Amino acid sequence: MMMLYLKQKLINPVLEKEFRLRLRTIRSPLALMFYLFAIGLIAFGFMYMMFNDYYYGGMNPERSREMFYFLSGVQLFLILFMTPGLTAGVISSEREKQTLNILLTTQQSSTTIILSKLFSSISFMILIVFATLPIYSIVFLFGGISPSQVVFIFLFYIFLMFSLGAFGILFSTIFKKTMIAIITTYGTTIFLYGFTGLAAIFFESINRGVGSNLVGFLLSLNPLAALISMYDSNFTEQMFRSQKDFQIWEIFVFVYFIIMIICILLSIRFLRPALKKKKLKQS
Amino acid sequence: MIEINNLTKKYGNFTALNNLNLNISTGTVFGFVGPNGAGKSTTMSILATLLSPTTGSAKVGGYEVTKHPKEVRKLIGYMPDFFGVYDHFKTVEYLDFYGASYGIPRNERLQVIPQLLELVNLSDKKDFYVDSLSRGMKQRLCLARSLIHDPELLILDEPASGLDPRARIEMREILKELKTMGKTIMISSHILPELAEMVDEIGVIENGVLVSQGKVSDIQNQLSSNRILNIRILENKERAMEQLRDEKFVAKVEADEKGLQVHFSGEDKDQFELLSKLMADGHKIVSYSEAEADLEDVFLAITKGA
Ligand SMILES: Nc1ncnc2c1ncn2[C@@H]1O[C@H](COP(=O)(O)OP(=O)(O)OP(=O)(O)O)[C@@H](O)[C@H]1O
Ligand SMILES: [Mg+2]
Repeated sequence: MMMLYLKQKLINPVLEKEFRLRLRTIRSPLALMFYLFAIGLIAFGFMYMMFNDYYYGGMNPERSREMFYFLSGVQLFLILFMTPGLTAGVISSEREKQTLNILLTTQQSSTTIILSKLFSSISFMILIVFATLPIYSIVFLFGGISPSQVVFIFLFYIFLMFSLGAFGILFSTIFKKTMIAIITTYGTTIFLYGFTGLAAIFFESINRGVGSNLVGFLLSLNPLAALISMYDSNFTEQMFRSQKDFQIWEIFVFVYFIIMIICILLSIRFLRPALKKKKLKQS
Repeated sequence: MIEINNLTKKYGNFTALNNLNLNISTGTVFGFVGPNGAGKSTTMSILATLLSPTTGSAKVGGYEVTKHPKEVRKLIGYMPDFFGVYDHFKTVEYLDFYGASYGIPRNERLQVIPQLLELVNLSDKKDFYVDSLSRGMKQRLCLARSLIHDPELLILDEPASGLDPRARIEMREILKELKTMGKTIMISSHILPELAEMVDEIGVIENGVLVSQGKVSDIQNQLSSNRILNIRILENKERAMEQLRDEKFVAKVEADEKGLQVHFSGEDKDQFELLSKLMADGHKIVSYSEAEADLEDVFLAITKGA
């Protein structure tokens, strides 16, 4: 039932058009190549340093795991950096190009338009991120990391893209100008992620020894902390200074999932003018 | 087909539409005339479900636009005053995308698209990228697009703006063809004479109020039976004026430095007879001609009285 609904919503002309037009621009392959090049350079730079390190004498599972952490962190930042740029223009740019009005007079529902736009803009990034898998194979070569961990991290990335993308699409719907939508999305990202990290560090330093959950909860809103808690099962306990039934990343996913749903619903609501009071439920 | 009752639209404090009332019956080609900023596009956007009215109601085909937007969208083909096209899209793909967006099955689209391209004279451009087409071609393509789901009502916001005279004539031909297909058409412009040639009915809007509405055939009758003759006479204007005032079919005679203006209600034959008579009576006529009637004035004059 749910699947059928999603299928209906996702296999539609808007999505097809988005994919087709996206693949026709030279921008997409260029961005892909640039990204792979950057990640590859970082990975090989890391290995080069390792091999030249007399003390450790080359790669071993321990080093390999460190490289995996490092790469995951770098990839995380690249996603945080790219998602706002890719999603914050999807509605407002159609408005600026004056194609939105026409699209809104067709039979496509607001839900279809918003979801298709979100999926298509993110799918490109998913493609990019999955294209880095061969680089991760180096990690497997030297051991230290299980495939399930890699799968897990990738799922986390996809979640992150959707939750960030939902911000982007909401601001793109609300604001008339793409520039403002992009700035607001970056601003929100930096605030939510940067602020929580800095505040956690700040409270950690002034509040030593006091049994407070504040630092833990602040970090639960931070994607890097969530990522670390996925590798290191003791991290949550250390940050909360007490035993917890949940991990930081679990809170992270829970909170941002709700925010994501709210953002998507608001985008659907604001795409067209408020014609009906019951629009939210109906469309 | 269209029923607008006491429609008001405010942008903040500014009232763009003020208790607008307008009815357009099925099969009519309706010309919507008014100066810049009169509220034409605002009215059309509301009908196209793109704007919500502040108060009042607008119905298309019996459906209230605010309550049943999906049904209304199915009924209308809308062409905005300004529109853009997607880059990297070919003409056929462009039409195919919108066809699909209206839920038209693939095989039907394959059939309809060549017909539409034929209608708007773009068959030879079917594999061109849309953004490489000229303005006039884009305009025609947009018209074809608005027809893709075979709507009963066309709402065209200044479809001829920015077109050269030739393209305007082409656009007019296309509209004529659509009319014979039985479509109801609402078309806006700020030039009345241009519209008068292709519509059945005209509504004039000013400052968000419909100041008049009437049939074009009424204006044409009025026009042909109310001509103004410009007569230039070498000397003795006063004598000519006096004599003209007593003539049959002459309603009024005025004079200025250019000559005499005679308001004349006769036919061509009567007009000729008047000239012969004046010549026979020895008036030194330099020129004798029919003035271009001001359509707007005539229109406003007759609709105000009605
Ligand atoms: N989004 C808006 N915000 C504020 N005012 C607006 C907006 N859109 C239109 N207006 C105002 O509403 C009035 C009517 O505008 P509208 O576009 O309907 O005029 P129009 O008859 O189509 O004119 P034109 O012949 O120039 O196309 C104008 O005075 C315009 O300034
Ligand atoms: Mg306008």
